[in-house]
Amino acid sequence: MATIDAAPPVPRRRSVWSTVLRNPSVLFGGSIALFMLIIAILAPVLGTRDPAEINPSARNQKPGYTATVRDDEGKRVQVKYHLGTDSLGRDIYSRVIYGARVSLIVGITVAIIAVFIGLIIGMIAGYVRWLDGIIMRFMDGLMAIPEILLAIALVSLSRAGLPAVVIAIVIPQIPRVVRLVRSVVLSIREEPYVESAITVGTPTPTLLFRHVLPNTTAPLIVQGTFICASAILVEAILSFLGIGIPPEVPTWGNIMAEGRTYFRILPHNILYPGIALALAVLAINMLGDGLRDTLDPRFAKRF
Amino acid sequence: MQEVLTGATEPVLSVRNLTVRLPGGADRENAIQDISFDIGPREIVCIVGESGSGKSVTAQAVMGLLPKRDLVVTGGETLLQGEDTAKATIRRLRELRGTRMGMIFQEPMTALNPVQRVGQQIAEVLEIHTDLPAVEQRKRVLEIMRAVQLPDPDLMIDAYPHQLSGGQRQRIMIAAALILDPALLIADEPTTALDVTTQAQILRLIKEMQSRRNTGVMFITHDFGVVSEIADRVVVMQHGRVVEQGTRDEVLRRPREAYTKMLVAAVPSLVPPKRAPVEGKVALEAKHLSKVYGKRTFFNRKARIVKAAQDVNFQIRKGETLGIVGESGSGKTTVARCVARLIEPSDGEILIETVNVAHLPERDLRPYRRDIQIVFQDPYRSLNPRRTVGQSIIEGPINFGMTYEKAQEKARELMGLVGLSPDALDRYPHQFSGGQRQRICIARALAMGPTLLIADEAVSALDVSVQAQVLELLDNIRKQFDLAVLFITHDLRVAAQICDRIAVMKNGVVVEHGTTAEVFRNPQHEYTKALFDAAPGRDFGVQQSVA
Amino acid sequence: MGGYILRRVLSTLPVLAIVAVLVFLMLRLTPSDPAAIIAGDYASPEQIEGIRERLGLNEPILKQFIIWISGVLQGDFGESFFYKKQVAELIGERLEPTLSLSVITILLVVLVAVPLGIIAAHNHGTWIDRFVMGFSVLGFSIPVFVVGYILIYVFAVTLDWLPVQGYQRIREGVGGWLLRLILPAMTLSLVFIAFIARMTRTSVLEVLNEDYIRTARAKGQTEIKVLIRHALANAAVPILTIIGLTVAILIGGVVVTESVYTLPGLGLLTVDAVLARDYPTIQAVILLFSFAYVLINLLVDVAYTFLDPRIRY
Repeated sequence: MATIDAAPPVPRRRSVWSTVLRNPSVLFGGSIALFMLIIAILAPVLGTRDPAEINPSARNQKPGYTATVRDDEGKRVQVKYHLGTDSLGRDIYSRVIYGARVSLIVGITVAIIAVFIGLIIGMIAGYVRWLDGIIMRFMDGLMAIPEILLAIALVSLSRAGLPAVVIAIVIPQIPRVVRLVRSVVLSIREEPYVESAITVGTPTPTLLFRHVLPNTTAPLIVQGTFICASAILVEAILSFLGIGIPPEVPTWGNIMAEGRTYFRILPHNILYPGIALALAVLAINMLGDGLRDTLDPRFAKRF
Repeated sequence: MQEVLTGATEPVLSVRNLTVRLPGGADRENAIQDISFDIGPREIVCIVGESGSGKSVTAQAVMGLLPKRDLVVTGGETLLQGEDTAKATIRRLRELRGTRMGMIFQEPMTALNPVQRVGQQIAEVLEIHTDLPAVEQRKRVLEIMRAVQLPDPDLMIDAYPHQLSGGQRQRIMIAAALILDPALLIADEPTTALDVTTQAQILRLIKEMQSRRNTGVMFITHDFGVVSEIADRVVVMQHGRVVEQGTRDEVLRRPREAYTKMLVAAVPSLVPPKRAPVEGKVALEAKHLSKVYGKRTFFNRKARIVKAAQDVNFQIRKGETLGIVGESGSGKTTVARCVARLIEPSDGEILIETVNVAHLPERDLRPYRRDIQIVFQDPYRSLNPRRTVGQSIIEGPINFGMTYEKAQEKARELMGLVGLSPDALDRYPHQFSGGQRQRICIARALAMGPTLLIADEAVSALDVSVQAQVLELLDNIRKQFDLAVLFITHDLRVAAQICDRIAVMKNGVVVEHGTTAEVFRNPQHEYTKALFDAAPGRDFGVQQSVA
Repeated sequence: MGGYILRRVLSTLPVLAIVAVLVFLMLRLTPSDPAAIIAGDYASPEQIEGIRERLGLNEPILKQFIIWISGVLQGDFGESFFYKKQVAELIGERLEPTLSLSVITILLVVLVAVPLGIIAAHNHGTWIDRFVMGFSVLGFSIPVFVVGYILIYVFAVTLDWLPVQGYQRIREGVGGWLLRLILPAMTLSLVFIAFIARMTRTSVLEVLNEDYIRTARAKGQTEIKVLIRHALANAAVPILTIIGLTVAILIGGVVVTESVYTLPGLGLLTVDAVLARDYPTIQAVILLFSFAYVLINLLVDVAYTFLDPRIRY
């Protein structure tokens, strides 16, 4: 029998990440998201005033207003309010800059926690048959309560604060991750290579970690990105409705909630944080779109 | 009628120097390059070739159905009764499709719109191209449905595709393609997805319809059995070029080109070679094996219960190949999966020496996992794409306590044994072809030192030339390791060549069981006889083995 | 088919039961004591105990649930702490604005989003497709309330074409009713249109790759008929599924939109109830919205039987 050399008939695939980084959505969304992250980290440097500082003599001012205030040592200094002030005389510009921190912290923590918990529950549901029914019925029940309503209800249970808001946003996301992971596990365990691994005596935990788990990475990165965007939105909605993070904390939703009263005269109090919020969510959604198209084309239909 | 016959010298389709470019980044520049052939009225021309030969692209180019963005006709012409379809406007092409040329496809299951009644789908052609009133259309549809021998056309005309069998759906496709009597029928692997008995009926139907209607047929296939059954002339394609063309007998019996010779020689003969009876120890025995799917539940009392396998009994000796032959849904794969204990049988025993492993829980089953290994049909899904082939091969031995160095050494040795370079262990599955991957799967199975190897349609997805090589490899390792082989296949030719004994299955039951020579020479059961009668190109196989 | 529908109806019962249990438990098994929250920061322990007693919070949890659920099944959701009247009555008053807004929005969405998606799919890869896709990503990234305020600013404040806020009951005049719902419906539908246009595009594109589309073309069918008769007919089921599922997003949007436009509907009631920690009302509204969501998806499933002949069991 002739020896057939295994000279590659197909040229080696280009590395996945280099394809990902070439995708315009990933590039565009990713750079804006990165930019926002830098702003959030550098907020103390970029902000011109303490975001919580109240200046009663400079309330409800239009963008570009300049005021004279005393600094810490009692000297008189000129202060420019780039984006004006709110009804308590707080600097909108600094509050918007600091608002990026809260939004990104909420977005990223929610995504990580939801993916982690969802992954564990989803793997269990996909592999332990007798638990599957119980878990999935429970998840169906949780999914039947519209996301924002569930978050609102959960927030109402405890005194508002960042941890409570994060938990309230995480819980409605978990069933979505569970469904995704479970469906990947169920389809992968039918693959001949998984069955081959069974016939060569690979123990179940190894089987899960070696052959099944890696298949969930790509869809979970994509799903996590979308969860991050959605969490930022939901946090802003809760703050806006006045039931989220306490109003003195500078979050985009809080700035907008505060701006509602004088909206007709000072529309920018809603407009600027609104733009920041929309830009952040848009950037992360685009990043997610691009990642899905490149990392996970098979799951492009999921949402 | 008379007119058409007198004009018989004029070809229906004349393909002249046709070239279709592939998009950049493909392994070659053109999908098809400079091909020419003619199809006369009432003539069936088979375009035959392995995967990637460009035969389907040719058909799509004639119909004007090439995906616009990827494949572009860059040269040559496709003359349909003298009119070049490659240069026709979209509007003109639409007029020609259905009236002068019709097409049927490989997958009857997906080629019909699932939410539309089949009668409507045939009538659609009339609606597009004629002004017939609805009543008249229905009459014509019923007529053609009768002509393609569909049972009960009056009822079936209002059925939905899912209510029909695969063969019936293909008849609907043929009816829709032929209702306006086109001069040319293009059939792209129309029987490949069908069982052998259905295939025989559809082939007969196509032949009958085309000769009655003077249709020229371009018949695309990879199966030489089908070619010998149906072709008037044959065009052999490879890598987008025409290698050889001629009448059926010229090409099949006296091929001129080396490639054609190789292809024809690679087709397994239907006549089993002589085999000495195997006297080895019994490696595995199945007793009264049954598998039932589906359960009645509280909500679903009428849930269907499928008896996938019933009371299956067999023994396999060391060094022996037992074939299980059957059509789709016969239960042959269920038996394989039970024996490999990928599923638990509902009933019966699987004996390895004296131990019954049929119902052992995974923990107690583990030591016996080594004894039974399996090679699956789909070479593209049988290896984890994220792991090197080396990692896949050594996974099993390491599970059973072999050191990494020893396992690696064994893997190198096995790669050589299956005909691959040992240095390729660090590569990933996508760097190998389908046939090479099947060899890797065999190496992975052998690494466990099994007593029984199950090959579940292991060569069915491979091109005929590669298939021959993998079959040879399987036979060699059987001899070398004194392996018992359970060979699951739907392909009678393959079974004839490799099996010592065969069991024929139908609807979950073994209907006949005997030595291969005996079963082929003198089939007892009606179903076995029908199966053999349906095998395409029976003469072809016989002549070949005699020659 | 009857069997399928019956089974589908029966299968929603466990989901509804689980929702009821979840809603109940959520508000009872909290680390914080509802009585203490209701009483406020300056209440004495006696006052808190009084509230506990009044709410029946000292009973065993199972008994509390049985009392609550048997009330719910009879349409009795208890009395609102804040409004001091029956929650059922309160919901009845608030139903009209929410229903009006939702129905107009869904109509708007189906009329705009589905054609948009089909057009994008038909022109796959061209600038039209990219424009629709770009609009769609933008659409579901801009928060509902930002859209609301931009629209108010442009159409109500600057141009003064439409009223800024408020609601007029339908029996006080259809014109005024509709006029006040135009901006809210536009606001709410944007996210929804973005989403459904995108999903319609994906579903139609997927179907366009099917073999039967090739068959239709091989018969000489025109592209427009291929699109409508073959592609859309088959994409209808996934599109309808998506519409059913996005009702959850719609409900979330209703809460925000009603708050922006001060429409006295169930959404505004929810926010007010949360702010007032009015638990009976919160429970009732969430239960109602969830049931509505489950029932709409049940209707969608039943509608499948008319769209797809394969669904018969």
